[in-house]
Amino acid sequence: MGEVSSVEMNDVREASKRLFRTRCGVRGMWAIYKKELRGYFVSPIAYVVLTVFYVLMGYFFFNFLAIFSEQALYAAYQAAEYGNSPPAMDVPAQVDRNYFGILSTVLIFFLPALTMGMFAEERRRGTLELLLTAPLKDGQIILGKFLAAMTVFLLMLLPTAVFQVVLHRFSDPPMAWGAVLASYIGAVLLGASLISIGVFISSITENQIIAAVLTFGCFLLMWVIEIAARQTGTLMSEVLKYLSVLSHYEDFTKGIVDSGSVLFLVSLCVLGLLFTYHSFISLRWRM
Amino acid sequence: MSVIEVQGLTKRYGPVTAIEDLSFQAGEREILGFLGPNGAGKTTTMRILTGFIPASEGNVRLSGFDIREHPWEVKKRIGYLPEIPPLYADMSVDVYLRFVAEIRGTEKARARRRLGEVKELCGLQTVGRTLIRRLSKGYRQRVGMAQAIIHEPEILILDEPTIGLDPKQIIEVRHLIKSLGERHTVLLSTHILPEVSMTCQRVIILNKGKLVAVDTPEGLLRRLQGGERIFIRFRVDRQGPSDGFDPAEVARVPGVRRIVREVLGDSSLVSLELEVEDDQEVRGRLAEYLVGRGWKLQEMRSVNPTLEEIFIRLVTEEPVA
Repeated sequence: MGEVSSVEMNDVREASKRLFRTRCGVRGMWAIYKKELRGYFVSPIAYVVLTVFYVLMGYFFFNFLAIFSEQALYAAYQAAEYGNSPPAMDVPAQVDRNYFGILSTVLIFFLPALTMGMFAEERRRGTLELLLTAPLKDGQIILGKFLAAMTVFLLMLLPTAVFQVVLHRFSDPPMAWGAVLASYIGAVLLGASLISIGVFISSITENQIIAAVLTFGCFLLMWVIEIAARQTGTLMSEVLKYLSVLSHYEDFTKGIVDSGSVLFLVSLCVLGLLFTYHSFISLRWRM
Repeated sequence: MSVIEVQGLTKRYGPVTAIEDLSFQAGEREILGFLGPNGAGKTTTMRILTGFIPASEGNVRLSGFDIREHPWEVKKRIGYLPEIPPLYADMSVDVYLRFVAEIRGTEKARARRRLGEVKELCGLQTVGRTLIRRLSKGYRQRVGMAQAIIHEPEILILDEPTIGLDPKQIIEVRHLIKSLGERHTVLLSTHILPEVSMTCQRVIILNKGKLVAVDTPEGLLRRLQGGERIFIRFRVDRQGPSDGFDPAEVARVPGVRRIVREVLGDSSLVSLELEVEDDQEVRGRLAEYLVGRGWKLQEMRSVNPTLEEIFIRLVTEEPVA
């Protein structure tokens, strides 16, 4: 009798567990996400990153705007002097091209700040033990943290759309919104892949500073890998060129949403997260 | 059915074997103590049981679930307090406990009820809104304890729960553990011996990754006494110092096996600890002998070795079968 009832009990248990698991799946990730986001805003990290980022991007935007407006004015003035019609100059497009170009550089400096402590701090303080002994899947922990960093990143990016509104307001003929949208898609994909690499690097060390330096170095290398490509001009150079994050991102800033570039950045992002997942597994073996 | 079942557990780090062929069980509502010097493998064993790290070999079943096949089920049934309480310094106690309840999959309404309960149980009512970083070490340990029980686990695994606390706090935590043992199965590690004899029903002694002994604290004492011991103190009838006294004389009394310890004071007072065959019979003979010699018997009692002595003997001598 004891046999039967225990078997039945187990069946009931199993069924309810399966139901619970799917619900808990999202809940667990949500809990991590909230905790992480809270962490950014309880510590000054988010405020510092956001403020400095806004100030810097504002500075770049208005300087580019001033430079290219001046150039356009000067060109028009010169043309008028010789009795020609003013040359066709798309000031908003030029401003945006440069603005989004510099955005990628600024992100190299800023995104490591969001990811450096992500797992390094949990490891150092021993709280990773709490997360890894809770009924959470490794994937939930990683995704929850990744999404939290993405949220802060989007908070960085979103208000800068104001600059585009300003451009739009004063451009005649109206600017090409499609190109702007493409640039933003590029920036979001770029940010996502950089963050996922940062998450991975944070998972391999206990030290925040080491994580930050490694992440920054890694980003920079991914940028300048193109230099090596330009010097050779062989199959190797083609490979290196393809690996350059910058060249893929540049497609977007030109207003081109190239499926190859989308695929490249998305793959990079997924790869970073998969690496983190595997670093978790090896972490358990080394603990 | 045992709540904790460990069979042939082994953990290797490269060439280093942290624990070797460990097997033990714990029943429902049992408080099981894990005793051993630092580096004996207590933390490693606990980390395997909680699913934090995988074992190299062996099986672990908790509440009937194999830890490899159903880690999820096992983790939901475990409350774990690591050696360093896993706290987030910039969270308040309430926020932290709510977070832990959430990642442990506790229903919202139940989590709210449990929050009040565990705060009361762990004496945290007044610090709910305090940031953890502002709490004293004792309070942090209590928060660590609270997070381990908030989801009402069947099994509680506590790694050195009283380490770094002051004596008053240690007593409080021990009481707390005892009361928790009425509802949960508790596995507790420590290197403090009185803690084990005070809180645990059974003790596992580990040394260098191997299981040295499993028994009740009293059983350990009994098993390891190695023959009974008697302590006697008497005054020899000479006026001067007891230098001339030869303790071997006492050892000749039938039933006395050997003299374990002797203190010959510079006065005429002599203290001896004897290993004897049968406590009751030898006492009479000893008394008779001493009185016959005209020495004044002042004290005679049986000696129980402390857990400390047993522990030292266990970890320095051959393992007992």
